[in-house]
Amino acid sequence: MPDAYIFDHVRSPRGRGRSNGALHPVTPVDLMSQVLTALRSRGELDTSRLDDVVLGCVSPVGEQGACIARTAVLNAGYAENVPGKQLNRFCASGLEAVNTAAAQIMAGQSDLAIGGGIECMSRVPMGSDSGAMHADPSVAYKTYFVPQGIGADLIASKYGFSRQDVDAYAVESQRRAAEAWDNGWFDQSVIGITDHIGMTLLSKDEHMRPGTTLDDLAALKAAFEVPGQQAGFDAVALQKYPEVERINHVHTGGNSSGIVDGAAAMLIGSKEAGQALGLAPRARIVGFSSIGTDPTIMLTGPTPSAEKVLQRCGMTSADIDLFELNEAFASVVLLFMQRLGIDHDRINVNGGAIAMGHPLGATGTMILGTVLDELERRGLGTALVNLCVGGGMGTATIIERVAR
Amino acid sequence: MTAMTTMDWQRDDDGIVTLSIDVPGRSMNVMTERFLEDLANAVTRITDDDRIKGAIITSGKDAFMAGADLHGLVNSYARNTDVQALYGQCRAVQQTLRRLETCGKPVAAAINGTALGGGLEVCLACHYRVAVNAPGIVLGFPEVQVGLMPGGGGTQRLPRLIGIEAALKMITQGTNVSASEALDSGFVDELAEPGGAVDAARRWLLDNASAQQPWDRKDYKIPGGAGLMSPAAVQTFTVGTALLQQTTNHNYPAPIAIMAAVYEGTVLPIDTALDIETKYFVSLLQDPVSRNMMRTLFINKNAADKLVRRPPEPPVRTVSKLGLLGAGMMGAGIAWVSARAGMDVILIDTSSDKAEAGKDYSRKLAKKAVGRGRLAEEEAKELLARIKTGTNFALLDGCDLVIEAVFEDRDIKADVTRRAESEIPTSAIFASNTSTLPITGLARASQRPEQFIGIHFFSPVDKMPLVEIIVGEETSDVAIAGALDYVRQIRKTPIVVNDSRGFYTSRVFSVYTREGMTMLAEGINPALIENVARHAGMPVGPLAVTDEVSLELSYHVGRQTRKDLGDAWKETPADEVVRRFVEEFDRRGKRFGKGFYEYPGDRPKYLWPGLREHFPLAREQPQPDEVRTRLLYCQALESVRCMDENVVTHPADADIGSVFGWGFPPWTGGTISYIETVGLETFVAEADRLATAYGERFAVPVSLRSRAASGAGWYTTDDVDSTPDAASRSTA
Repeated sequence: MPDAYIFDHVRSPRGRGRSNGALHPVTPVDLMSQVLTALRSRGELDTSRLDDVVLGCVSPVGEQGACIARTAVLNAGYAENVPGKQLNRFCASGLEAVNTAAAQIMAGQSDLAIGGGIECMSRVPMGSDSGAMHADPSVAYKTYFVPQGIGADLIASKYGFSRQDVDAYAVESQRRAAEAWDNGWFDQSVIGITDHIGMTLLSKDEHMRPGTTLDDLAALKAAFEVPGQQAGFDAVALQKYPEVERINHVHTGGNSSGIVDGAAAMLIGSKEAGQALGLAPRARIVGFSSIGTDPTIMLTGPTPSAEKVLQRCGMTSADIDLFELNEAFASVVLLFMQRLGIDHDRINVNGGAIAMGHPLGATGTMILGTVLDELERRGLGTALVNLCVGGGMGTATIIERVAR
Repeated sequence: MTAMTTMDWQRDDDGIVTLSIDVPGRSMNVMTERFLEDLANAVTRITDDDRIKGAIITSGKDAFMAGADLHGLVNSYARNTDVQALYGQCRAVQQTLRRLETCGKPVAAAINGTALGGGLEVCLACHYRVAVNAPGIVLGFPEVQVGLMPGGGGTQRLPRLIGIEAALKMITQGTNVSASEALDSGFVDELAEPGGAVDAARRWLLDNASAQQPWDRKDYKIPGGAGLMSPAAVQTFTVGTALLQQTTNHNYPAPIAIMAAVYEGTVLPIDTALDIETKYFVSLLQDPVSRNMMRTLFINKNAADKLVRRPPEPPVRTVSKLGLLGAGMMGAGIAWVSARAGMDVILIDTSSDKAEAGKDYSRKLAKKAVGRGRLAEEEAKELLARIKTGTNFALLDGCDLVIEAVFEDRDIKADVTRRAESEIPTSAIFASNTSTLPITGLARASQRPEQFIGIHFFSPVDKMPLVEIIVGEETSDVAIAGALDYVRQIRKTPIVVNDSRGFYTSRVFSVYTREGMTMLAEGINPALIENVARHAGMPVGPLAVTDEVSLELSYHVGRQTRKDLGDAWKETPADEVVRRFVEEFDRRGKRFGKGFYEYPGDRPKYLWPGLREHFPLAREQPQPDEVRTRLLYCQALESVRCMDENVVTHPADADIGSVFGWGFPPWTGGTISYIETVGLETFVAEADRLATAYGERFAVPVSLRSRAASGAGWYTTDDVDSTPDAASRSTA
């Protein structure tokens, strides 16, 4: 089986996902095109050699509809022979896109491909694509659907994470992200996004609140208490988890991932393809797995997906130098740390989505790139990247640095 | 064509046919097979006869029409009716109404009175609706209350008229609206004065009739939007489905079927949509829950309300003057419901202050009723004037019935019995509202034990629908008939039981609370016990309800029982839990501010954290289903024992008593219907397993085992149809 290697990756900064966000004026296809263009120019890439461009996108409607991958390929001026496909594994779409591209290479059916993702949440709001999962009464009834935030609060209630616990985690995420930016640890992979006349709109993650304290966070209102209590979702969650006396609503805007705009892309290929194009492999994609778990609590996928991929690769968590788990909600990461016995200094070492935001379709690619950069900076070898996924899923990937 | 027998057909010179529905032998129009046949023929005639220019559908009775004939539907499940055949029957109704609205001639509904369920569906299939706006006239879809859904187009036409959210609210909640509310909401087009509906309908037919339904127009769109690209619809269905689960706990199939039929149907052409509705309707007819609900909550409850257990003799007697001994919470409540029913009430206690305090309860409720417009100021005044208070037993002179509600002490009860009997007529009935003391024993204090009976009310009396009539060894038919006549007067639902410790309701209910405490003692997570009980459909968890009744009371009842039974008494883990809470923890229940729960006052109660320490969690926790099975099975088994011991003589009484007395889940149809729902064989096998695992209380009675072996449940198809009164054979 051929190995799949990562040659390069690029991401946009993450813009606040509101009408006052710096990336709000940029169309999704333009944002994605700028990222693809940057990836091409950095490696002086002959795009005609690409076998596929796979992009994750969670709300593929409107501006993000009609296969945004092929649309962006054309708009970015890539060679006409490059196809594109869009996929959706909710929050792990960006990682799944890389996995899918890698799988093509490992299967020997592609030599060079791009995996990436896009989400302009300020322009195509979350839920724009609707869906039977939550709104078809028969389906929602059968599966005890509750919104993710209720699932996150259920995790906290069931496993005993207090408001203080989740807020403390969030404070540290902000501190780490600020430290990483201040020291320039993200600089090599984040490109500035420009407007039509070439002026920079944004060059740094916009959602961060450096210096956030526990007191700041304690002042925030629990975000899911009202829907939980008034729309019946707490009751539904307890019907699935009757051992929990009541839902303790601990998550707020301050300890949950931010809503942002962003895009990312990663160049992947076989060793031979890299050699032919003069690209140096930076890491090998060792393996990846996705898994389904209970859809009601929804966000407990990371532990079993990690265990599954570790087993598949013949590894244990002790073989992993750095973990990256998307900070969808603080309780998700706290549970994962508890379950796998991971210290905080081995996971999300440069902060995560609580500080910098979670552009749904792009995050998986972004955090994979972030941890690769960090392995290089620290001179470490292996990383496991993981995301919790809507509908009760998890997707995880293990990479291993290649000595240059 | 056979002559129509369920409707009158009149054609006038303008070519307008007036169809006046009048189903013979019924006080209320219902959709009998004959009616549906007549309607189908009428539609054909309206369509084919060129002389006919339009039609009016109205009723020859006071009410327009109730719905289906539940006596016909309730057996669909039991009979194991072939799905295809059932579908065919249900589809025929849809097709008739669809033919009506596409007949090419304008049809108006003149809604002269209440139109419910199928009756309202006939109206919605007309092109125009005039309704009489008068008090007491309501429109609605009550099907959900008996486990069903509209099956004549209601789930499709109503959202097409008034939008999905408003339609779902009416249909899933089964709430009725007045004619003017229906006009505001948009499914009635015009209001009329009493007697004026037909004329108004005729005017519309002559002046500006249209023979096309809005949904048959090309540019038609559902008001407010439909389908999952409509944000409003997405919100309605997402939140609606969660709220529905919150109320039904996944126990009731009808609300979700309604929601699904509206969801799926509102993006389809009307004909396909109606077919979707039919299929969901058929699925409900085949579900035991709808059978249970129709049978217990409607058919048998109606029969009980009409005193099916009353001995034929003596003739009905009305209580015009009622004596009440004891003006505590129960006496005060009984005074209110009796005065509300028009009786003169004498409320006696040991001091006039206490007696007046009892009347204050009626003053409070009267004020509330006036404030809510349910009682006129003048009526309230008269009502309160009917309640006289005092301490003198001579006030009881001329009472037809006396009910004692004094302290649960044999001596005190004996004393008031003697004192009252010396004042009241020899024909009067004397009743005890005891909830614990056997009636036969209390009757020993009476000069006329044959006129002594138990009338057991539930608290709060003004809210609880059930009354348990307890027949002592010497109680005569005269007393039974008299007590039942009184219950009918106060519009409550009676069951008749024979004397026993705890009678029927208290005896079985205590089994439930004890099972909860036993589980706590076993180390089962108390949150799991409480949540699972509520998820099974019990109104309150066993620990919470024990707190409400008070642990102290359980403690005293336990001690009394121990004393009464002597050597036969066996201590159980539940007794031990109660004893520790009272003696060791001094946590005596909600009234005392602490029990199994903490009651912080400013926020909801929560389980006492000390439970963890004193009742450490077992390492192995049971699956929720196991907890649920234990909580429901123990009650069902105790009910079977009550039937075996002849405490309860009819399965319907056991069922009604359990649902309306202590809130056994209505979806089950009651404790006995629950066993039939589970299936006798499965139930016995499961109970055998529970008996091995948890003890004798789950032992299967011989009677049940032999029923399971022979496959004979308690109910027979004929038994269901136990009410001869045609008037009750309607709704939905």
